[in-house]
Amino acid sequence: MIRLEKVCKSFGHLQVLKDVDLEVQKGEVVCVIGPSGAGKSTMLRCINHLEAINSGTIFIEGQPVYRYMRGGRLVIDKEKRVEQIRSQVGMVFQSFNLFPHFTALENIMVSPLHVLREPLAELKPRALALMAKVGLSDKVGAYPHELSGGQQQRVAIARALAMRPKAMLFDEVTSALDPELVGDVLRVMRQLAADGMTMIVVTHEMGFAREVADRVIFMADGLIVEEGPPAEIFTRPKNDRTSQFLRSVLQRRQESGEETEPTA
Amino acid sequence: MLDRISSLFDFRGSIEYLPDLLMAAVVSVELTLAVMAIGLVAGLIIALMRVSHSRTLRVISTLYVEAIRGTPCLLQLFYIYFVLPAFGIRLDPFPAGVVGLAVNYSAYLSEVYRAGIIAVPRGQLEASQALGMSRRLMMRLIILPQAIRVVVPPLGNYFISLFKDTSLVSIVTVKELMFTGQIIAATNFQYFTIFTIIGVIYLSLSYPASLFVQYLERRMKVGYRRKPTRFLRRAAKSAGG
Repeated sequence: MIRLEKVCKSFGHLQVLKDVDLEVQKGEVVCVIGPSGAGKSTMLRCINHLEAINSGTIFIEGQPVYRYMRGGRLVIDKEKRVEQIRSQVGMVFQSFNLFPHFTALENIMVSPLHVLREPLAELKPRALALMAKVGLSDKVGAYPHELSGGQQQRVAIARALAMRPKAMLFDEVTSALDPELVGDVLRVMRQLAADGMTMIVVTHEMGFAREVADRVIFMADGLIVEEGPPAEIFTRPKNDRTSQFLRSVLQRRQESGEETEPTA
Repeated sequence: MLDRISSLFDFRGSIEYLPDLLMAAVVSVELTLAVMAIGLVAGLIIALMRVSHSRTLRVISTLYVEAIRGTPCLLQLFYIYFVLPAFGIRLDPFPAGVVGLAVNYSAYLSEVYRAGIIAVPRGQLEASQALGMSRRLMMRLIILPQAIRVVVPPLGNYFISLFKDTSLVSIVTVKELMFTGQIIAATNFQYFTIFTIIGVIYLSLSYPASLFVQYLERRMKVGYRRKPTRFLRRAAKSAGG
């Protein structure tokens, strides 16, 4: 579904991604963990071409996309194609990025209406159903600033889903939330995973990764250091850096006595 | 001192000129409205050029803005009124004044728009892109509606300063308030009276306008609860009734 081949990305002299290879199957949920500055978010942003990669190739459904070498020549996709591919891969951001001048429902409808040119008569019930799916049927007419962070993030998820994406990218979507609001967002994501959505989730929620991920990827210094099923990564990490990272995260958890995961 | 003032201020002797001055004030207002209408549209177009992806458009618009901002408005007016005829473009005073001020204001207004566009958070762009919007759609649906809210108060302030700047076009003999006042004062020598009346006329028009801009400014701070469209509809209704 999504494949990265020797993807490199630098900001100036700083190389953020170093020959990253990754393959995500249809319906798979991949959680990406690792220390800050590891390149996790950059990798996601490259998949949606919010950052242009320096070398390597990104394949979406088997097709090379955005910019890639073909027969020794660099191919740069036309803006139209980039837009079309982006519309098939949903993205949810740490900072929600809802459109403040639209209501929750309008946020969900704006892109299908104008990009997919879906008729309003079909779109509106669908958008309302998405609002219900994220548990916000009573907030349809609310503007973003009238919603809590957790509610905004759930609208953002619904907004991305409204484009009927083939895969969803989640970039630390709970990091900016108050702890008590994290659970609602994770519940929506868990449901999405259960529905069979292909997901790449950059997260600091180890509980979520352990429970929902089909595969966990540990990144550090622009490299994929280790990957495997969550049971393996979390209990018997092979790499020293992985175990070190997990130890420090676990310790921090215990010290703060915080458990953001709802136990239900 | 008071004696001197009362002897200089001969309102009674000048009252016969009041209708002329008020008519001239109407010309000043017409100038303001015409220039603002052109400037708002042209300024937006220039601002969009300045943030465009095309290098050519960016260079052209930047050169225009810098050239206009780097030269006096008076010079631009002279250019249009006295130099262009040499190239076969002959404009009457009023159109020349409108064009000259519009050229000047479009450059300044474009900077206001541009600041508003740049002020829209980056996350808004990224979210629109991630949803597959084209640049054009993003501009129209996401960026500009947010930018407009930011720029309404500064645009209002430019509107008021434009009203005062229309006095500049007296130099190309447009019969607006300043020019008319000068002519009258030169004939009846009531400089003090005439120019004071002119001052009062300017002030009595620009002060309410500035209060209105302050009102808009407060209104924009309220947030996105009430839609501007609804506000406009209500304004239209109250204006009609």
